[in-house]
Amino acid sequence: MEITNEIVERHGLKLEEYKTIQKLLKRDPNLLELGIFSAMWNEHCSYKSSRIHLKKLPVQGKKVIQGPGENAGVIDIGDDDAIVFKIESHNHPSYIEPYQGAATGVGGILRDVFTMGARPIALLNSIHFGSTTHPKTKSLLNGVVSGIGGYGNCIGIPTVAGETKFNETYNENILVNAMAVGLAKKDKIFYSKAKGLNKAVVYVGSKTGRDGIHGASMASAEFDENSEEKKPTVQVGDPFTEKLLLEACLELMKDDSIIAIQDMGAAGLTSSSVEMASKGSLGIELELDRVPCREDNMSPYEMMLSESQERMLIILEDGKENHARKIFEKWDLDFVIIGKTNNSKNLTLKYNNKIEGEIPVEILATKAPVYDRKWVKKKVIQKKIDIKQLKKIKLEDALIKILSSPNHSNKSWITDQYDQMVMCDTIQKSGSDSAIIRIHNTNKAIAVTVDSSANYCKSFPLTGGKQVVCENWRNLISVGANPIAITNCLNFGNPENKEVMGEFAECIQGIKEACEFLNFPVVSGNVSFYNGTNRKNIFPTPVIGGVGLIPDISKTLNHCFKKENNNILLIGKTFGHIEQSCFLKENFSISEGLPPEINLNNEKNNGETVLQLIRKNLVLSVHDVSSGGLLISLSEMSIGSNLGAKIYKPKKLANKFEYFFGEDQGRYVLEVEKANLDKVIKMLNDNEIYYENIGKTQVKNFEIESEFNIDVNDLFKINNQWYNNY
Amino acid sequence: MRSSVIVFPGSNCDRDIAVALEKMQFKNQMIWHKETSLPKTDLIVIPGGFSYGDYLRSGAIAGKSLIIDEVIKLAKNGCLILGICNGFQILTETGLLKGTLLRNKNLKFINKDVNIKVLNNKTQFTSKYKLNQVLKINIAHNEGNYFTDSKHLQELRNDNLIAFKYCDKKGNTNLDSNPNGALDNIAGIFNSKKNILGMMPHPERMIDKLISNDDGVNLFSSLLN
Repeated sequence: MEITNEIVERHGLKLEEYKTIQKLLKRDPNLLELGIFSAMWNEHCSYKSSRIHLKKLPVQGKKVIQGPGENAGVIDIGDDDAIVFKIESHNHPSYIEPYQGAATGVGGILRDVFTMGARPIALLNSIHFGSTTHPKTKSLLNGVVSGIGGYGNCIGIPTVAGETKFNETYNENILVNAMAVGLAKKDKIFYSKAKGLNKAVVYVGSKTGRDGIHGASMASAEFDENSEEKKPTVQVGDPFTEKLLLEACLELMKDDSIIAIQDMGAAGLTSSSVEMASKGSLGIELELDRVPCREDNMSPYEMMLSESQERMLIILEDGKENHARKIFEKWDLDFVIIGKTNNSKNLTLKYNNKIEGEIPVEILATKAPVYDRKWVKKKVIQKKIDIKQLKKIKLEDALIKILSSPNHSNKSWITDQYDQMVMCDTIQKSGSDSAIIRIHNTNKAIAVTVDSSANYCKSFPLTGGKQVVCENWRNLISVGANPIAITNCLNFGNPENKEVMGEFAECIQGIKEACEFLNFPVVSGNVSFYNGTNRKNIFPTPVIGGVGLIPDISKTLNHCFKKENNNILLIGKTFGHIEQSCFLKENFSISEGLPPEINLNNEKNNGETVLQLIRKNLVLSVHDVSSGGLLISLSEMSIGSNLGAKIYKPKKLANKFEYFFGEDQGRYVLEVEKANLDKVIKMLNDNEIYYENIGKTQVKNFEIESEFNIDVNDLFKINNQWYNNY
Repeated sequence: MRSSVIVFPGSNCDRDIAVALEKMQFKNQMIWHKETSLPKTDLIVIPGGFSYGDYLRSGAIAGKSLIIDEVIKLAKNGCLILGICNGFQILTETGLLKGTLLRNKNLKFINKDVNIKVLNNKTQFTSKYKLNQVLKINIAHNEGNYFTDSKHLQELRNDNLIAFKYCDKKGNTNLDSNPNGALDNIAGIFNSKKNILGMMPHPERMIDKLISNDDGVNLFSSLLN
């Protein structure tokens, strides 16, 4: 078959890229080989547009065991324990088929984690939908939530934290990012680097079907009105088989049978075999007749490009075949030796004893194009909003408006659909600043959280990038954890557009600056470009997943007030930055101006001091101040506890809306008992922390001096109605 | 006291129940579903999860697995059997308990802490609870909506075979305190000999105040008695 330009384009490759392939191969590829190039050289697998920027991120640290480049990142949490974690996007499939798209997103990220020898212990997600009035939003929300729950609940791993946001920018391109966190022993981490000649290459797991063929290339193109036609490229998930695969792999991992292991994720058998061979500088020969197939007459092309789920490729030590086979047969899974390693440095594909394709691994893996795409700095538009010029509203009404908005409403409608308690180590479920998971059978725990701030990133990507990292850090601190490292999922529009590429470059710069300053390295991640439809790109939406360590489980806390008559302290200075605030967006539909600036010095100092206060048992509850500002934080502390608060207005108050709803960064609210107040204040003074004593907790009523007084039960109702009425 | 936890492919609360049993000083062993005999045991637990992925119907395939014949035999000899969540569904599929578990009324998976009250504390599973005691206990299921025919329902009522009912904090059983649409707010039932208990809520999740509460402890300590 002659490879025409049209065929090349249908494979998502540019004609110049095809010319490069011809040059590297010194011949024309056949169709199978072209398919393999398309799978390896698409944006999703090759990171061709992002690579040069990603290199800037800090990836090392004292606690980092494995940074980016493997299936997931690995960090040290002491006592020979390691945490393995990663976040990944499944945006495009979830828009086309929300249930399966979201479910297989969860399945894929779980495999990334247990491939490395870790038992998954927590799932998180960040999901973004279009406007709540968009006709598709409701069914997409329903489908995605059931898909996430359907997979996690069945496999029996608790879904413990997440965020759900609505914004018209995602009308035609929702975001579904799933994060998995696993626990392993430090000396039993498994990698994907092949070693040794003539070693058996084993296929385990589900059979290969025709689902998901070219899934990765689909995820590397913009949507248009024909996107629905791409449904057949969405994979179908089977969490039951994944559970069997998980148990079988962990059982085999108990000894030294495995040399290398890699899950078949995006681009399936192709990328798994190429990655293993490339990392080990070896060749791999596969006999495709042996691949277990779900359907008859599957061609080598289909087998190599299928993205059927719940499959793994393993390179086994000599003499371990029978032992390994027994384990997989016990779990009713396919176990077939489909090839072996060699020193040819080629990927050789045989079918019916005939070589159907042969490509040097090097070309596929490391010679993929790298683009330094044109990008432009964001034109920053300074705009100060003068509240006095806006329509007059009451403070109470503004609060109610925000608390009852889709983005700030209580999300138990969603989280009740996720099993948050299975495995019985969930100390803190979703709803607080971070979830807390006990390390099984120990006295320590980890805190985990995911965050994003697309509005901030849109208006000023550099600050936005910094802010997401800082907010994540703050959320870990707030529950008493030492932040250790992050994973990032970078959701952006079309990288061939220089504004989008600029947003990307500047967000990365922001993330880099914050991570470096806070000693909070990036250990894994994923880039999702081409989020947009018909040339309309989504807001830049980097999502950050963070992990922190709590060395002593008795020293954790949540955001809920604990007792009446305690002091409420606000840490960090309030300038009243109101541009890009939730207050302006929800009450006046204004989303102009710049996001609040990040002062990394204050951020670090404030956070570290708050953590010390928690460790010394001097505070009873902590909540960071983020979207919605001080008043939202305070009301969340009340709603969570059913205790009220009485808040005094500062004597010199320029504008009450700016004070209560401004979104200045680096702030926390603390609840402090009278007996500890002097000690707390001394420590704050010693560390030169700016603070205000803003009021006291009380029973029943949430009250702002000379403004309003509302029953906490009513606040609860206001905060809990939206989802149930949607 | 010796306990055996049956593990099916897709069971996922097997570790949780094992941890709970061991914490409560049971001598516990895990039994793979392909076994055809059980070692000496005083209690058999069928744990929660998604045995066989809930394919066909939740509990249906596990209800026909190799080990089940042995479980049925021992049940008839009076061995204590506890089925939690998917375990309850499996017990109804084997016929050891009557009735069935339909999809939740809202057609969604539900995970939350709910209140249940103890309707019969004169059994080996519940003797340490007070009559009508209200417990707070976690549920996590898609099919927990108990249903049975009117004759059996009458029998359950007359013979005091309803173990737990969903209720509110004060113990009122009504539509508002019924999370899944279960008939008569039923959360758990006994067989007529009261040596078998099937329940949708998860007592093994309620033995540790750090993560929840200890309202499940007395179920295990009743069994130890």
